[in-house]
Amino acid sequence: MTQETAEWTEPAEPAEGYPEIDALFDSLPNKNGALIPLLHKAQEVYGYLSQEIQVYVAQKLNIPAAKVFGVATFYSLFNLEKKGQFKINVCLGTACYVRGAETILAAFEKELGIDQTETTKDGMFTLDSIRCVGACGLAPVVMIDDKVYGRVTPGDVKTIVDEHLGQGGQ
Amino acid sequence: MVNITINHLETSVPEGTTILEAAREIGVHIPTLCHLDLPDIKMVNRVGTCRVCMVEVEGKWNLTPACSTAVTPGMVIHTDTLRAIRARRTVVELLLSNHPRECLTCERNGTCELQSLAAELGIREIKFKGPRIHTEKDTTSYSIVRNAEKCVLCRRCETMCNEVQTVGVYSAVHRGFDCLIGTAFDLPMLETSCTCCGQCVSVCPTAALTETDDSAEVWEAIANPDLYVVAQTAPAVRVTLGEEFGLPVGTQVTGKMTAALRKMGFDKVLDTDFAADLTIMEEASEFIHRMKHGGRLPILTSCCPAWVKFIEHQFPDLLDIPSTCKSPHEMFGAIAKTYLARKLGVDPAKMVVVSIMPCLAKKFEARREELSGHEVGSNVDYVLSTRELARMIREAGIHFNALPEEDFDGVMGESSGASAIFGTTGGVIEAVVRTAACWLDPENPNPQIDFQQLRGIEGIREACVEFAGQKFCVAIAHGLGNARKLLTDIQEGKAQYDAIEIMACPSGCVGGGGQPYHGNNMEVLTQRACAVYNEDKGKSVRRSHENKEVLALYKEFLGEPYGEKAHELLHTRYQKRDQI
Repeated sequence: MTQETAEWTEPAEPAEGYPEIDALFDSLPNKNGALIPLLHKAQEVYGYLSQEIQVYVAQKLNIPAAKVFGVATFYSLFNLEKKGQFKINVCLGTACYVRGAETILAAFEKELGIDQTETTKDGMFTLDSIRCVGACGLAPVVMIDDKVYGRVTPGDVKTIVDEHLGQGGQ
Repeated sequence: MVNITINHLETSVPEGTTILEAAREIGVHIPTLCHLDLPDIKMVNRVGTCRVCMVEVEGKWNLTPACSTAVTPGMVIHTDTLRAIRARRTVVELLLSNHPRECLTCERNGTCELQSLAAELGIREIKFKGPRIHTEKDTTSYSIVRNAEKCVLCRRCETMCNEVQTVGVYSAVHRGFDCLIGTAFDLPMLETSCTCCGQCVSVCPTAALTETDDSAEVWEAIANPDLYVVAQTAPAVRVTLGEEFGLPVGTQVTGKMTAALRKMGFDKVLDTDFAADLTIMEEASEFIHRMKHGGRLPILTSCCPAWVKFIEHQFPDLLDIPSTCKSPHEMFGAIAKTYLARKLGVDPAKMVVVSIMPCLAKKFEARREELSGHEVGSNVDYVLSTRELARMIREAGIHFNALPEEDFDGVMGESSGASAIFGTTGGVIEAVVRTAACWLDPENPNPQIDFQQLRGIEGIREACVEFAGQKFCVAIAHGLGNARKLLTDIQEGKAQYDAIEIMACPSGCVGGGGQPYHGNNMEVLTQRACAVYNEDKGKSVRRSHENKEVLALYKEFLGEPYGEKAHELLHTRYQKRDQI
C-alpha cells in the first residue's frame, strides 16, 4: 500500500494549515455552532481527528482545546485514532448473534491478530462490531466498509481477508 | 411580576426568577449541590446536572429542577412532598453509590458539600450497588491535585475556569459512565495552560480538586536539627487564618499567627510584608526608570504568579510589559539566603524558606527554574496555603485562640501599611503610587497617602492620579477574565495606561485559591479586604520607602534600588508557553 492510494491523506503539519477546514470555515455563514461541521470535515478528509487537528479547530474557533476534545469524545462517530484502510464490522445484533456471530468475530481476531476496536499494524484493517444492519435474513452478517457479506462462516474469514489484502493499495 | 405559590405560601417575584431563587426569597430551603451563583464575579453555574433540587410542580407529571426552571404565572410548587423528598434522597444515594466513601481520611472532611448534603438528607444506607468509576489521581501539578473519583460532575470548576478565568483547562470529556471533567486529550495538569490560581479548588464541593500538601516535608525540615527553617507570611494570610479557628471573618490574627509559627518550631518567623515593601522599592524604581528612559508602558505588576503564568500562555507577545520584579515571597527567599544568612551566620545551603501564602500558584512559582540557581538554590523551598497552615497548627495541638500576640523577628520583619494592602485588589498599585508620589514630587511636604479611587470591588477599575504636575493613569483588574479584557485592549492599542495591577483571583489575595473556603459567600471577601485596610491604617509607617529595615538592606547589602545587585537577586524573566 502506498500513501497516494490510501483512502485518507496524511494530515499536514499544523504550520501548513488545513485548507479543507479553512475553506469550510470561511463558507459557513454563522460561525457559532461550526465546531461539529468542522470536525466532520476533518474526519472526512483525514480519516480521524488527531490532536493537532483538534488544536487547530480550537484556535480557529477561539475556544479551549478541552472543549473540542470534549465534543470529539462525546460522539462515538468521531475517531480519535487512525483507522485502517478497510473497516470490518461484524454484526452482533440478535439474529446474527444467535447464528454464531461471536465465532465470526473471534475468527477475524485470530486471522488479523488484533482485538475488537483495534487496527492492524500495516494499517489495512480495523475490526469492530455493530448492532443490527437490517439484513437479518443473511445472518450472520459482516460489513466491510459499505459491502455486506451474508451467511458468513468462520471458514470464510480467511478468504475475505485475503480478498481485501489483494485489493489493498489498488 | 409573576405570582406563584410555594408550599402554600403565595409570593410574587420578577419574571425570569428561578424556583430556587423564589424559594430562597421567602425562606424555603431547597437543597442544592451543583448550583452556584456568584453574581459579584459573574459566575453562574446553573447546569442542572445533579438533580438534587428536584421539586414538584402541580400539573407537571415529572419533577422539576428548581435551580434551572424559571417560574411561570400561577405556578404551584411543592418542595416538601414525600415524592420530592424521596427523589432528592435517591439522587444523593445514586451520587454516593459512585463515590469513594472515605470521609474519615478525606481532605474535605468537615468542609465537603456532598457530606453535608448526605447528613442533611439523613442518608443512612446506600441501596445502589454497581461499578464505580476508577481513575488515577493527577498529581502532576505543583499546585492542584485532581481526583476524578470524587467528582460529582457539578461542573463548577469548568464554569470557573472557562467563564470567570477564561483559561479553559477543564471540560466534560468522554461519555456516559466514563464522563469526567478532564483536560484536553486527558493531558496531565502540568502540561496544560492551567495558571494554578486554584479558583477551581475554591468552588469544588468535594475533594475532587484540592491543593497539593507540602506539610509533611515542612514538618521534616523543622524536626531536622541541621536545618535552619525560616517562615514568612503573606499579607492576606493574617486576615483569614482566624476563620479556620472559628473567629469572625475579618479578624486580624497577625500576633497569634506569629506565636503559632514560633510554637511550631520555626527558627525565625518573618514577614513577606517586608519583601512587599522591597518589591515597591524595585517596582516604583523600575516604573520611574521606564518613564524617564522611554521604556514600554504600561508597567504591569508581577506579584501574582497565576497572572504571570496566564500572560505567558495567553499573551506571549506582551511579555515585555510585566515588571521584571520577582514576587515578594521570592524576593524574600533571595534576600534571606544571602543577606539574612550572612547576618545570622547560617550556611545558606542549610536554610529552608517556607512561604505561607493565600495562594496555590505560589507552589508552582517556587518550582520555576529561573527562581532558583545563583548561589542560593531555590529562593523558596516550600509553600503552604493558609488552609495547610491551619491544619498544621491543629495537628500540633496548639490552642490558637488562646495564644498571646507576638511580634515578627527582626531584620526582615518590619513592614509598612503599604505592604499590608498587597492582600487585596488595588493594593499593590496604591503602594506603588504612594512611593512614586513622594519620589517624583520631593518638594511636597504632605504627599497623599490614601488613594480611595484605587479601591473597590469592580472587576476592572481605572483612575488617574496627579502629582508633581503630572497625570498618571492606572488600571486594576482582578479575575483573569477581566485581565484578559484589559490585555486585549492594550494589545489592540485601545487603552493607554501608565501602570496596571492584575490579580488572578477575584478580590485579589483575600480571595486566593489557598484561603479558607469562603462557603460560596462573596461578602466574606469584602470583609477580609476591610481587615487589610484596617491593618494599613494601624501602622505607624505607611509608605514602603520609609521601612527602616528595607533601607538598611539597601545600605548594607544591595546598594541602589534597581541597581546591579538588586537586578541579580530581585528581578526575573518570563517565558513563552503553549496554549492548551
